[in-house]
Amino acid sequence: MLSRVANAIYWLNRYIERAENVARFIDANYHMTLDIPDNASDQWQPLINTTGDHEIFKELYGAPTRENAIEFLTFDRSNPNSIYSCVRAARENARSIREYISSEMWEQLNTFYLMMNTAARESSMDLPHQFFVDIMNASHTFIGITESTMTHGEGWNFGRMGRMLERADKTSRILDVKYFILLPSVDYIGSPYDNILWGALLRSASAFEMYRKRHGRIDPKKIVEFLLLERNFPRSIHYCLATAMTSMSLITGSLRGTYANRAEQELGRLMTEFQYASLEEIFDYGLHEYLDNTQTRINEVGAEIHGAFFDVKIES
Amino acid sequence: MKFDGYDTEGFYDELFTPQGQPRAGAELVVERINALPEQELQRRQIAAEKALLNLGITFNVYNNEAQTEKIFPFDIVPRIVPAAQWQRLEQGLKQRIRALNLFINDIYNEQKIIRDNIIPADLVFSADGFRKPCLGIKPPHGIWCHITGTDLVRGADGEFYVLEDNLRCPSGVSYVLENRLIMKRTFPMVFDACSVQPVTDYPSRLLDMLQEMAPQGLRTPTVAVWTPGIYNSAYFEHSFLAQQMGVQLVEGNDLVVHRGEVMMRTTTGLERVDVIYRRIDDDFMDPKVFRSDSMLGVPGLMEAFSKGSVALANAPGTGVADDKAVYAYVPEIIRYYLGEDPIINNVPTYACWREDDRAYVLENLDKLVVKAVNESGGYGMLIGPHSTQAERDEFRQRILAKPRTYIAQPTLALSRVPVLVDDHFEGRHVDLRPYILYGKDSIYVLPGGLTRVALKKGSLVVNSSQGGGSKDTWVLNPQGGSSPESTVNQQEELSC
Repeated sequence: MLSRVANAIYWLNRYIERAENVARFIDANYHMTLDIPDNASDQWQPLINTTGDHEIFKELYGAPTRENAIEFLTFDRSNPNSIYSCVRAARENARSIREYISSEMWEQLNTFYLMMNTAARESSMDLPHQFFVDIMNASHTFIGITESTMTHGEGWNFGRMGRMLERADKTSRILDVKYFILLPSVDYIGSPYDNILWGALLRSASAFEMYRKRHGRIDPKKIVEFLLLERNFPRSIHYCLATAMTSMSLITGSLRGTYANRAEQELGRLMTEFQYASLEEIFDYGLHEYLDNTQTRINEVGAEIHGAFFDVKIES
Repeated sequence: MKFDGYDTEGFYDELFTPQGQPRAGAELVVERINALPEQELQRRQIAAEKALLNLGITFNVYNNEAQTEKIFPFDIVPRIVPAAQWQRLEQGLKQRIRALNLFINDIYNEQKIIRDNIIPADLVFSADGFRKPCLGIKPPHGIWCHITGTDLVRGADGEFYVLEDNLRCPSGVSYVLENRLIMKRTFPMVFDACSVQPVTDYPSRLLDMLQEMAPQGLRTPTVAVWTPGIYNSAYFEHSFLAQQMGVQLVEGNDLVVHRGEVMMRTTTGLERVDVIYRRIDDDFMDPKVFRSDSMLGVPGLMEAFSKGSVALANAPGTGVADDKAVYAYVPEIIRYYLGEDPIINNVPTYACWREDDRAYVLENLDKLVVKAVNESGGYGMLIGPHSTQAERDEFRQRILAKPRTYIAQPTLALSRVPVLVDDHFEGRHVDLRPYILYGKDSIYVLPGGLTRVALKKGSLVVNSSQGGGSKDTWVLNPQGGSSPESTVNQQEELSC
């Protein structure tokens, strides 16, 4: 397939996934802040830190109030990672490969974009929860339509690989930021707020119910284990990397345990670490360092994918 | 809503006679629309527009920051073309494109028509679309212009005239196909009863034609549609045609000339392309030959083309016959190459470089439409009867300064069609752009084409960039019979 097309479908999926994650972060945070006392509700700055865009936020808005944070993360066109910007970028990518993806995919994404466009103009935040649910649903619908209308060939695998790398990155970021804010809140341990705060972290990764089924009681270490290493939960980093790796192997056709290029090598190595990692080792290494390192390596895999598939050098 | 009270106001109307009776072939459509319950037509119009927006059937508008995409306004009352009229148009269009292809091939090779003094050499070589690097090139089967979208207009006398030939990269055919899709959803029963000739097989015919041009001996040639990119105003069409044909849509950066062959950059390396349907202007195709500042082009493409390793549709250089000054000579061109009289006439044209014509034009600026020969899309025009003295004075100066660059034509009382305006019908001016495919062995004319409507009251400018819209064009089958395109269940639409 054309390198440009592969690049577009990879990014299209990353942007949709990013929009969904930001919507979920905001929604979970919003509901949490309604449940806890005012003095503990300073939870919007960390959320902005999660997206990595705190500097431009500070420049444009200053104080991390709820309204500012929601506006910045949802509608702001000058924030390249706002939900609006992501959906718009996803649609631009889809538009450039409209003939390649299915018409159903295009139509759904176009409708999604038109919805965001209308909402951005009205900017009515009376019912924020429904609005963010609509965004998450639009993303899920898109994934479902992609699953069932597009040939599961090379392009589809580039799309899934993009989505999984994005998701792994987002899960690691929300965990990184929230874990270290939650830990010192020892005052709350045993209080109702403890459950609320940790519950919000799980909800940020759509993991609350599944965690409950798996581990029951709220336990910070178990939560970390669940979000990092759980094999079958679709937003855990391990699951995301393993699925990305499956797509990578289908694209390159490499035999198990071998690799065709640096991208496959790096992704394989990272995935294997998650396969065999233990929670004790991770805490020995330092959770923050471990997550930080993971994010860096996911970025490196992204760069290698670019070099191996999207910008192929020609021998003269 | 009914057609009662609709007034043709002395114009030739495509649907009604001056007495207000439906024309032959239009009776059924008029009867069915008259029979619709109150508000039903408006409801269907709104549904059709919503469908177009959700499908993303839009065109890009420049100089409009807030919104860069708009739907092409669409009116749901179809335009009807009876079978006999169409047959004549079809013959006329085939005749014209055959002659124009012979002309282009002659100009870039033997130049007999110039030596025989049918058309002045300086006029040809000063044409904006003339491309010197094309001299001596022999494209496959001698075909230069594979895809044409001729603009026709109908005058007060009820006759069709050719307004422009559009031999470079004519656009709009995707709207024909989408309009038809929407109309079949909107009026399935009327459509079924009217027996309309199908347009849906255009993409397969286009693909067949493109594959025929591939270098000899290739079993399954690789065809690609080349677009300047998503910011091009016709991007939707480029991607639509690629999708419908099942071929790659490429941009300049996807292509590279490698060891004399045109290749696509893929995730597994380079892959050869044999035929390119290019939707990019000559000027931007190859920075080594044409504009060196083109960021969209593929260096070395022209060399590959002239050596025959890749086919281009349309070939570069076809614009020479698209020049409005050359247009004035098309009747002679037809007589010269084919020995026939034109079946469809040109709009009478005054060539400002001829002294008599120029004198007449300058005296009658208030009655004529003056056009710059190298502009299209409705730009660079003076519409005499609607102009101010200052505008006329400006054009007088321009004509005197550069007579070669202007032609003038009488203001045509373009035919009209009824369009839906709020709660009633009003007449609006239209043109018709049929699409012609020039294959190795035969010429195909898409039955119908794009009917463009000047939606502004009284306006004669139908271009989408200037407030034009479109409607579906129904070319009827000869002597009735059922339409092969219709698959409607008879029970489906009782109200219509």
